[in-house]
Amino acid sequence: MSRPQSWVPTDPRSAPTREHVLSGLHGTDEGGAELVQLLTPEGQRVSDDRFGSWADDVGAEELKGYYRDMVLVRRVDREGNALQRQGQLGIWVPLLGQEAAQVGAGRAATPRDMIFPSYREHGVAWCRGIDPTDLLGIFRGTDHGSWDPIEARFHLYTIVIGNQCLNATGYAMGQKFEGKVGDGPDAEATMCFFGDGATSQGDVHEGFVWAAAYDAPVVFYCQNNQWAISVPLERQTRVPLFQRARGYGFPGVRVDGNDVLACLAVTRWALEECRTGNGPVLIEAFTYRMDAHTTSDDPSRYRLADELELWKLKDPIERVRVNLVREHGVGQDFFDEVQAKSDELAARFRAFCVAMPDPGPDRMFSEVYAELSPQLAAEKSAYLEYHASFEGA
Amino acid sequence: MTTMTLAKALNSGLRAAMELDPKVLVMGEDVGKLGGVFRVTDGLAKDFGEQRVLDTPLSESGIIGTAVGLAIRGFRPVCEIQFDGFVFPGFDQIVSQLAKVRFRSQGKVPMPVVVRIPFGGGIGAVEHHSESPESLFAHVAGLKVVACSNPDDAHWMIRQAIASDDPVIFFEPKRRYWEKGEVSETEPAPLFSSRVVRSGADVTVACYGPLVKTCLEAAAAAEAEGTDIEVIDLRSLSPLDLGPVFGSVRRTGRLVVVSEAPSEASVTSEVAARVQEECFHSLEAPVLRVTGFDTPYPPSKCEDDYLPDLDRVLDGVDRALGW
Repeated sequence: MSRPQSWVPTDPRSAPTREHVLSGLHGTDEGGAELVQLLTPEGQRVSDDRFGSWADDVGAEELKGYYRDMVLVRRVDREGNALQRQGQLGIWVPLLGQEAAQVGAGRAATPRDMIFPSYREHGVAWCRGIDPTDLLGIFRGTDHGSWDPIEARFHLYTIVIGNQCLNATGYAMGQKFEGKVGDGPDAEATMCFFGDGATSQGDVHEGFVWAAAYDAPVVFYCQNNQWAISVPLERQTRVPLFQRARGYGFPGVRVDGNDVLACLAVTRWALEECRTGNGPVLIEAFTYRMDAHTTSDDPSRYRLADELELWKLKDPIERVRVNLVREHGVGQDFFDEVQAKSDELAARFRAFCVAMPDPGPDRMFSEVYAELSPQLAAEKSAYLEYHASFEGA
Repeated sequence: MTTMTLAKALNSGLRAAMELDPKVLVMGEDVGKLGGVFRVTDGLAKDFGEQRVLDTPLSESGIIGTAVGLAIRGFRPVCEIQFDGFVFPGFDQIVSQLAKVRFRSQGKVPMPVVVRIPFGGGIGAVEHHSESPESLFAHVAGLKVVACSNPDDAHWMIRQAIASDDPVIFFEPKRRYWEKGEVSETEPAPLFSSRVVRSGADVTVACYGPLVKTCLEAAAAAEAEGTDIEVIDLRSLSPLDLGPVFGSVRRTGRLVVVSEAPSEASVTSEVAARVQEECFHSLEAPVLRVTGFDTPYPPSKCEDDYLPDLDRVLDGVDRALGW
């Protein structure tokens, strides 16, 4: 087995050899020829024959909006990490590096569309109008998700890997059964978020099979961030993930997941395909998890810092900033204003977090069932009475 | 009152629920054109169409997982798992999603899903077709678990289960599908209730599903020998409705709990534990159990030995009386 020093590629963009893979090193940031891109890492707007038109309406104002989204989401994410380090959260799941993949997809959805997240989709939650403070309970341990999934059309976080692909498919089947697929103004679609690791789960396979069998209007949105905790993509698949769609009989597209415009365009297209009855669609957003899997993880045990350095050159936010400056003449005032807003948001996020009260013991028994059984009611009252006996003691 | 088989009683119950609420869907493997391998859904696809009676891909996790999604959308899916031993690919979705979405969302997303599972042995089948996995589900908070034993209960319990806003795992005694009985015109009892099906003074026998009939036959045989057995059909396995059992045991002082499932960490152990907590001073003998053995379900040529029958039930009763 090769040692880390021995694999340094002559061309840093070359694909990993089998040796690299076996040594546990991933070492590619190359999405290949089929990667859809509208904004290069250097901040240059480029054209794409197939998907470019889906972002034609995006001018300076819209782009500034996406920049603001990504900066705010990243700021919240960094604050989440800090709050965990300071003991205010039990764990945080960072999204650093995946802001464009999430904001591009999130902003492509209409309020009618339904979204099923995994557990890293803080950026998509943001786009659905869910206040970042609503995410805190999950990681502080005061609840399992506090927003209303029906009203926000954003399901609660799903932690068991891949489960949500079937739930999303079922929801999309329901949209179809209700006649919400077609050319009408009330057409809807569903989007399901999952990672590269999830693609090895049976539920993702079954979700693909069912969605195809029922022509369900669901966009499967895979954020390939290259790592399933410590396991590189090569342990999950022999082929690029987007190519798997072909085997199920629907289109798959690989998009530059660090390019917010490309993610927006491709997702807009995919959702419209689904709304009009041409679903399902698989999108592979090719991106990188720039931080640990969670605050409990230590990436230095399984990947090289060099890899992160390569991906830093493709930062999803920086390329938008450069484009705004160079192609739209946006001045420093705007960036200062966004910075100030993000600091404000972080302060509010932090203040909210530290002030969150612990739930009482009755919370355990709340909404286990629509109809509480006499047995559980008895358990509840016995424990609450026992608990109360310590009051004032 | 109409007389019909248990399978037909389920069929008419499903039909009634589907007529009442357009959001009720039936889904599973072979439930459409074929009418299910036991014909429980016979004719429903023809009358309600393929968008309400779904012949699904062969994928149990898919059946439960999409039912969860359909329920989030506002549907009331009734899933059929073809045989007891095939439920396990769907077990993850049942435990991780179906049972927990309501709690996770604090009531904002109800899960009115029914999972029908034909269970139990006695039909001479190959492996995985004769199991009694009910205790696995009874152990999971967020689920309700019931078992019907006769056509009247089959008809009304499936309707009540579909009307429930909680997920219900609904066990059907497959070897009783073709036995006939009367079905009432109106709801005979609430869903989550047990019922004394035979009064007696000497020993209480608690049972459910396919063995209710066996226990009633045992009671009739014992009567000829002068022993008066009270038989209670538990019907609801989670939550258990043990009030009638406690009342009975306080009179008889003796309880035998009967089930096809293995005894270890099971519904029968739960009944025994609760009865000793509540009726300690009334008991004249320890709570005894007559169950399947703690083995995988055996090859069918052994099942007459594996399954509790009339003689083994009476043996349990004798041991309780002779303590």
